[in-house]
Amino acid sequence: MAGIVPGVKGAARRSGDRLAATLFSLAWVVPALAADYVDVPGGAFQSVLPLAETPLDVVIKPFAMRVEPVTNREFLDFVQRNPQWRRDKVPAIFSESRYLGHWPSADAIADTQSLQPVVMVSWFAAQAYCESENARLPGWHEWEYVAAADATRSDARTDPAWRNRILSWYARPSGSAPAAIGGEANAYGLRDLHGLVWEWVDDFNALMVSADNREQGDPDLMKFCGAGALSMQDRDNYAVLMRIAMLSSLEGDDVTGNLGFRCVRPVTGAAP
Amino acid sequence: MIRIAALIIGMILSVPMSARAVQPSPLPGDSVYQLDLALVDQDARSFRLADLRGKPRLLTMFYASCPYMCPLIIDTLRLTERELDARQRDALGVLMVSFDTARDDPAALKALAGKRRIDTGRWSLARADAAGVRKFAAILGIQYRALDDGEFSHSSVLILLDAEGRIAARSETMGKIDPAFVARIREVLGKP
Repeated sequence: MAGIVPGVKGAARRSGDRLAATLFSLAWVVPALAADYVDVPGGAFQSVLPLAETPLDVVIKPFAMRVEPVTNREFLDFVQRNPQWRRDKVPAIFSESRYLGHWPSADAIADTQSLQPVVMVSWFAAQAYCESENARLPGWHEWEYVAAADATRSDARTDPAWRNRILSWYARPSGSAPAAIGGEANAYGLRDLHGLVWEWVDDFNALMVSADNREQGDPDLMKFCGAGALSMQDRDNYAVLMRIAMLSSLEGDDVTGNLGFRCVRPVTGAAP
Repeated sequence: MIRIAALIIGMILSVPMSARAVQPSPLPGDSVYQLDLALVDQDARSFRLADLRGKPRLLTMFYASCPYMCPLIIDTLRLTERELDARQRDALGVLMVSFDTARDDPAALKALAGKRRIDTGRWSLARADAAGVRKFAAILGIQYRALDDGEFSHSSVLILLDAEGRIAARSETMGKIDPAFVARIREVLGKP
């Protein structure tokens, strides 16, 4: 199964491999194939990034979310159907030069990459992928809401065990490719929100964070209209704050080796 | 006779010329105009972002009901333009795109243009849908978020595009002239 698929001569082999990979995943990772979405009920939620100065709950409307992050195989399929998103065709304004740089060629992936979450994708590319599924990237609050769950509780954030599990993942050295999707489902039925990759959100360029809350005076007033940069409400929640710090440092054309994405869409039967 | 022949030859030659005019050269890969964005201006005219190709432009984002920063953005655009001579001003377009998809319809944009006596011959105030605004901000590196009270928190930036839509300069200096930015505008306008 391992080894790099050659770009030219491997067409037949590729389809054979794909069949094998398909059978393999049918046996083991059924939800990965169908790009399944699960409905997530709405609710009130205390975000670490509130919308106002007073820490009111953020109201989350119901939405449907992809069970797992998008895989290399799924993204390859998208790129083949939408060649303007090939790494050798994409306009530079949408993706920096390292875009999909972990693939052996512009239109092939290694067998071992099939079920790994796609990384090295820009926000624009992730957004275009989701649009191809009649979906969009989740908003930060939507992502934070579902990521607060553990296997049995919808909000496990106050449990030190929840925090420590995530922080121990962060502490693992990165640099190697992420493992395949298919981790334990959380209380909503969503997998791999923690443990494999970090994920793009639709409003990554809304997460203006003041480095220090004492900066809420003139400098912010000059830079940000309205209420100034956000204050974080829950400073103990490093696990979530690290995500915000990372996302807020990115530009839309940036790619990184541990940043992937998943999509959301309206719940079944809802108006789009 | 010679004149008629010349006319016919001219007509034949002009066919590929006009065909070429219909098919413009491909956009540079780093052009902001790669973004396929539908906009509507203060006079309710629909246009695509890429229609703006062909002329250097200043871009910024704002919202009409903004109490403090956005008036300052307009002032800064004016101060910057005042540094240019009449020919340079005519050669430069201005596009302001609103963050506020809920309230800034063409009527609201037109009211602001009237109140601030904006010359809409050269400046366009425009709106897009929410997904389009998010992409436009992302491509320009502008941060914004909607707040609970209907206001927006946002970075205030002027961006200079060359005629092909490539970002030539940006300035976050508000309320006064940014000499380096003005110099860059002159440079871009100076190109033949």
